[in-house]
Amino acid sequence: MFLINCPYCGERDQSEFSAGGEAHIVRPKQPTELSDDQWAEFLFMRKNIKGVQFERWNHAHGCRKWFNMIRDTSNDKIQAVYKMGEKPPIK
Amino acid sequence: MSENLRITNNKFIDQTTTISFKFDGKTLYGFKGDTLASALLANNIHLVGRSFKYHRPRGIMTCGSEEPNAIVQVGNDASMTEPNARATEIELYEGLDASSQNCWPSVNFDIGAVNNFFSPIIPAAFYYKTFMWPASFWKKYEYFIRKSAGLGKSPTEPDKDIYDHRYLHCDVLVVGGGISGIIAAKTAANNGLNTVLIDDKNYLGGTTLFQQNECFKINNSYSNEWLKKEIETLNSIENLTIKTRTTLAAYHSYNYLLARENLTDHLSSSKKKNKIRQRLWKIRAKKVIIATGAMERPLIFNNNDRPGIILSTSIKKYIDYYGVKCGQKISLFTNNDSAYETAISLINSGVTVNSVIDIRDKTNSLIVKQAEKLGIKIHWKSTVVNTNGYKKINSIEIMKLSDDSSGVIGKKINEECDCLGISGGWTPRVHLFTQSGGKLKFKDKDNVFLPDKSELDQISIGSCNGDFELDEVIKNSFKLTNKFLNLNNNDYENLEIISSKEIDKKNIWLLPSDKPLGKTKPFLDFQNDSTAKDVKLALREGFKSIEHVKRYTTTGMGTDQGKLSNMNALGIIAETTGVKMGELGTTTFRPPYTPLTFGAIVGRNVGEFFDITRKTPMHDWHVENKAEFENVGQWKRAWYYPIKNENMHKAVQRESKAARDSAGILDASTLGKIDIQGSDASEFLNRVYTNTWSKLEIGKCRYGLMLNEDGMVYDDGVTARLGENHYLMTTTTGGAANVLSKLEDYLQTEWPELDVYLTSVTDHYATISICGPNSKKIVKKVIPDLDLTDNNFPHMSFKNSMIGKIRCRVMRISFTGEHSYEINIQSSYGKSVWEECFKAGKEFNITPYGTEAMHLLRAEKGFIIAGQDTDGTMTPVDLQMDWIISKKKYDFIGKRSLYRSDTIREDRKQLVGLLTEDPKEVLEEGSQIVAETNKQPVEMLGHVTSSYFSPNLNKSIALAVIKSGKKLKGKKMFVPMENKTINVIITDAIFLDKENKRLNA
Amino acid sequence: MKNKYSIFALIKNAFTYHENWQRAWRDPLPKKEYDVVIVGGGGHGLATAYYLAKKHGMKNIAVVEKGWIGGGNTGRNTTIIRSNYLWDASAGLYDHALKIWEGLSQELNYNVMFSQRGVMNLAHNLQDVRDLKRRTHANRLNGIDSVWLNTEEVKKFCPIINTSPNIRYPVLGGTLQKRAGTARHDAVAWGYARGADAMGVDIIQNCEVKNIKRNGDSIEGIETTKGFIKAKKIGVVAAGHSSVIANMVDLKLPLESKPLQALVSEPVKPIIDTVVMSNAVHAYISQSDKGELVIGAGTDAYVSYTQRGSHDVVEGTLKAILELYPIFSRMKMLRQWGGIVDICPDASPIISKTHIKGLYFNCGWGTGGFKATPGSGDLFAHTIANDEPHKLNADFNINRFVSGDLVDEHGAAAVAH
Repeated sequence: MFLINCPYCGERDQSEFSAGGEAHIVRPKQPTELSDDQWAEFLFMRKNIKGVQFERWNHAHGCRKWFNMIRDTSNDKIQAVYKMGEKPPIK
Repeated sequence: MSENLRITNNKFIDQTTTISFKFDGKTLYGFKGDTLASALLANNIHLVGRSFKYHRPRGIMTCGSEEPNAIVQVGNDASMTEPNARATEIELYEGLDASSQNCWPSVNFDIGAVNNFFSPIIPAAFYYKTFMWPASFWKKYEYFIRKSAGLGKSPTEPDKDIYDHRYLHCDVLVVGGGISGIIAAKTAANNGLNTVLIDDKNYLGGTTLFQQNECFKINNSYSNEWLKKEIETLNSIENLTIKTRTTLAAYHSYNYLLARENLTDHLSSSKKKNKIRQRLWKIRAKKVIIATGAMERPLIFNNNDRPGIILSTSIKKYIDYYGVKCGQKISLFTNNDSAYETAISLINSGVTVNSVIDIRDKTNSLIVKQAEKLGIKIHWKSTVVNTNGYKKINSIEIMKLSDDSSGVIGKKINEECDCLGISGGWTPRVHLFTQSGGKLKFKDKDNVFLPDKSELDQISIGSCNGDFELDEVIKNSFKLTNKFLNLNNNDYENLEIISSKEIDKKNIWLLPSDKPLGKTKPFLDFQNDSTAKDVKLALREGFKSIEHVKRYTTTGMGTDQGKLSNMNALGIIAETTGVKMGELGTTTFRPPYTPLTFGAIVGRNVGEFFDITRKTPMHDWHVENKAEFENVGQWKRAWYYPIKNENMHKAVQRESKAARDSAGILDASTLGKIDIQGSDASEFLNRVYTNTWSKLEIGKCRYGLMLNEDGMVYDDGVTARLGENHYLMTTTTGGAANVLSKLEDYLQTEWPELDVYLTSVTDHYATISICGPNSKKIVKKVIPDLDLTDNNFPHMSFKNSMIGKIRCRVMRISFTGEHSYEINIQSSYGKSVWEECFKAGKEFNITPYGTEAMHLLRAEKGFIIAGQDTDGTMTPVDLQMDWIISKKKYDFIGKRSLYRSDTIREDRKQLVGLLTEDPKEVLEEGSQIVAETNKQPVEMLGHVTSSYFSPNLNKSIALAVIKSGKKLKGKKMFVPMENKTINVIITDAIFLDKENKRLNA
Repeated sequence: MKNKYSIFALIKNAFTYHENWQRAWRDPLPKKEYDVVIVGGGGHGLATAYYLAKKHGMKNIAVVEKGWIGGGNTGRNTTIIRSNYLWDASAGLYDHALKIWEGLSQELNYNVMFSQRGVMNLAHNLQDVRDLKRRTHANRLNGIDSVWLNTEEVKKFCPIINTSPNIRYPVLGGTLQKRAGTARHDAVAWGYARGADAMGVDIIQNCEVKNIKRNGDSIEGIETTKGFIKAKKIGVVAAGHSSVIANMVDLKLPLESKPLQALVSEPVKPIIDTVVMSNAVHAYISQSDKGELVIGAGTDAYVSYTQRGSHDVVEGTLKAILELYPIFSRMKMLRQWGGIVDICPDASPIISKTHIKGLYFNCGWGTGGFKATPGSGDLFAHTIANDEPHKLNADFNINRFVSGDLVDEHGAAAVAH
């Protein structure tokens, strides 16, 4: 059970949050101009990284805000959280 | 009670309070403070169970949670019985009724013991090699295997006890209330840290509490006396919470820990009632100090499993703490100094110690010298090669070890005894440390795995960190605690400590015997009956990973989870394969540390609290009017309202007919409602729905279809434009929460530039839907001020009005195809307005209808239900709803996916209507549709999604999805059932009032 | 085959104190080059190697495993085997596997303890009823022995289920597949390993793949912790770690690897004789031959390679168990563990070629791979040997995520993901 530092509310138990998958996969602005392959890439294909991953979380049972998290998926260590639209604090 | 097995000068249990209990039906007596194990031993009962596989007699072996053998069934009430309880952990209480397990007819005469006779042909994992012939017989073999396996019996009636959860946050959690834990907790709490100290026993002090020996002194007092004074001071420390009878069950990442507190298991039956049995503490600790101590290891030698063979330090606890002699003539077998402490305790209590058999060469530590001074005979560099006695040990065979200790030499000495204490050294309890993700290192000198690296804010102190000598335990526990907590405390700096030090260390994982290994039975895992031979067999067969050996031989997989066996198994593997212990690694220690009741894990979330029940404001009315309810998500929805003895079919037919003939009333409050505001609200709807919203007039409503990004229909509902920048969206009942989450997701992450705010208002409003040709008259009676003329109030529009002093919003929308109004009022008025509508409708025979009739009515009209007629694989085109896809809009959620090679196929499954050839025959929802009757296998073209008998059309109707359905109208198809085939015709999906006459009537 | 297992062999070996049993498999060093290298020594990988050797006459095959064989999801799952899937493609795939299971112990001369004790799927709301009936009808027409049971019949088949109409989500009925059941998970890996080894397959443990060497559009071999191994073809069956391997060649897969947890109780005498699964009241349960209640929990929603999940998931599962089996409240959880499951968006697997020549993937089994082990191995072997899929796995290609022709089995998955 992680302890997640919501950028809006502070540290809360993981049970208040829901995970939303990889971050920074921007929805194409002009989907109609993409090939089926490119669209599938956006829609389904994931890096599914073992290691440091950028991902989206939602404080679902709290402020309901979405935010980004940098987490090492090989040990579940959260390295940073940052608001939507902000630049990742770690590369 | 055999008098001579109790000593009377004992101060830890209350020998003035006698407690009667039953074991295997026999009434026995013990004292307050006893465990079941100590009371049984005091009654000279050693044989308490039979082993898993060979059904060998087994006795009490330990005094704690690592007990592999003394596993009993507590109680025989069908709802309150508990299987597999450890006698060493059960506190004796008046009325305790325990019995042996895994034996029939009794523990003394067990038919299953015949397995012991077959043991030569059933080595480890024999079952993988046989029972394969004939192939069909496995079921029969399995029946017998299952019957003979298993230990205790599950309850067969629901538990009557209550369980509870509590949260706990602290600066420092100290796990283990032995001398290290007490030092740490005191240091932390005295320095202003909010500290919690937990221990699984009903007292603090660990083994030092009863260590009264000249060789162990602190500031000139016996170690136990010094510790007692320390414990006495704990109560006055403000920041310290102490929890006894509390076992740390699991240590998860982020210092999240679970601890189980036993609250009533030690109480007599009458005192247990109506109390919480167990509480699970969910702990978030800033820092964790593990001080869980160490466990004594057994020695591995031939026939080391007989009743009466007990870990040496357990014998010491039974005599020093419980005042119970485990025997009258005890022999001790050891590879380290701890057995000498036991020997001295026994002598001091007047028990005969035959001898100590020590595998080491003569050693001269303080404690050994003291033992020798007391005249205890010691067999140096010797080993026990065999033990005798079937149901209880009666003698041992001792031989000298050869020079290199690989074999035995000389004459065999036979020594009579009624108990054998064994000590194979100490294993630090690193379980919690590894559960938390910590990595271990191996220390060759002591043959122990010790905590090494951890990602969490934690330390291990005391013997779980590898300190086994009293002075080191105290000094290091204090030093490490100070450092860990950044303190400069000096409370324990200048203690004068006398502590015997172990000088010589020696370890032989598998002790030699005078017989070849094949003819011996050196047990490793006592509960699962795996021997050193089994481990070697596994290695010989190529199972070389420690996990493979464990799984192949089942070593360490019993209810003690290998607490006693794992280290010895590892040692034997290392020795046999020539791999170093440190490189071999350990198996994973998995939570929980000791078995945890399902009840404690679940707490109060059982029965009616299993899940939230959502009820509409009109719920009580439905109940009063005998509604049957349907679960829709967490909601209870009125399903139908049977009158007198009506069955569901009759009720639904009546309700559906009434709704079309005159008037029906439906509680639609459960539909999800989302309030949407902001200057970009219209643009937002344009992007989330397939159709266009910007041109919708204020005061008008529109039906919308929402897709997933993969193009498949996700949800639907009517949305009303309340103002220039204000909409009210309705969703399906089940989809409400997910839709809101999805919309928030897009809004916050993809389109942050949009000025839109979403609020769930589902629970704010009650919604009453009145439909039917007389609905207008009824609404007019309820809201006389409202102009209901079509011109003023056409279909798909809404009006704000007043019902007396209550504000309401009336929408003229319809899910039944009838002229229909939805009255929305603040929830708290829901029931009264509903009743008013009902009263007003009485003259028109207004009929309450439930969800089933609603489904029927909408099916007559060909309206879909998202989730019933769609299944995540249907596009709007498949639903023949092309009209709802805006051609003008550049983008909306899911649009791009509609143009993939598979989604543009013409022969996709498409929504159609079905009529049965026999209009009385109602199809089963979910039944499949085929084009041919006499082919096997036959291609399934689609399936029936909705099906009803329509009272208004007087025939059976159905909706279905079918391959190329659009093109197949008028075609005959078949619905093959188990015992018949039903002929159907594909039709249009709208069965009633295609022209929308009723809607606009 | 090397020494055959039987009761007679056991008796014979008893005379020599079982000291003459041969190795179940060798422990070879990797050769320089193989015709096929299978990455991943779980049940699926070992079965693939077995069928490559057995049915396709291939001789020069290796299985490389980074840990110990069967140590991943093969040894961590709840061992349920069934084939009552909705869509034709899935039904074909899983029933193909089920048919192999029925003779597997004899085929391998290794008792995998396939126990056809039946699997029930319960319905708790009206949509459940529709969905399960739909599946049952489809199963019947596909020749799969699935039947619908009403609540009384459910109770009769498994009397300990709480079928009271007064519980929060009453049991409204269920389906039963009698040919379904459980098997001994370790034995499947070990049986295939022994069988494959006997045909010359090199099983190389503690050999982790560090990189895949490519030459343009085709593969050359693998860099491992035991050196470079040249390979004409590489079949990746790495379950939760599939993406890790795929990322080595910049191949993106539609996978997310998530923690899935399971737990067992202490062993008790037989109390439940079948397997019961419930989707709405989220729990599934069976009892092992040893007597432990084997309980499957759910997946967490986040990606993790740690083989652990959150406590909430375990609590939620046991909550559901006590809803359906209130008699188990005093039973004790003996141990819990986690695995890493690779989940596809449509809850169906991928058994497919890739755009890189000689590189094949078998992944995406999510929470339900164990049941398919023999069929998956057989079809993947076919795909690798022929460089084209068998008709039974043709629909399970990677391209379906581009075309949109998914095989959506969310309703059939034990765990709604």
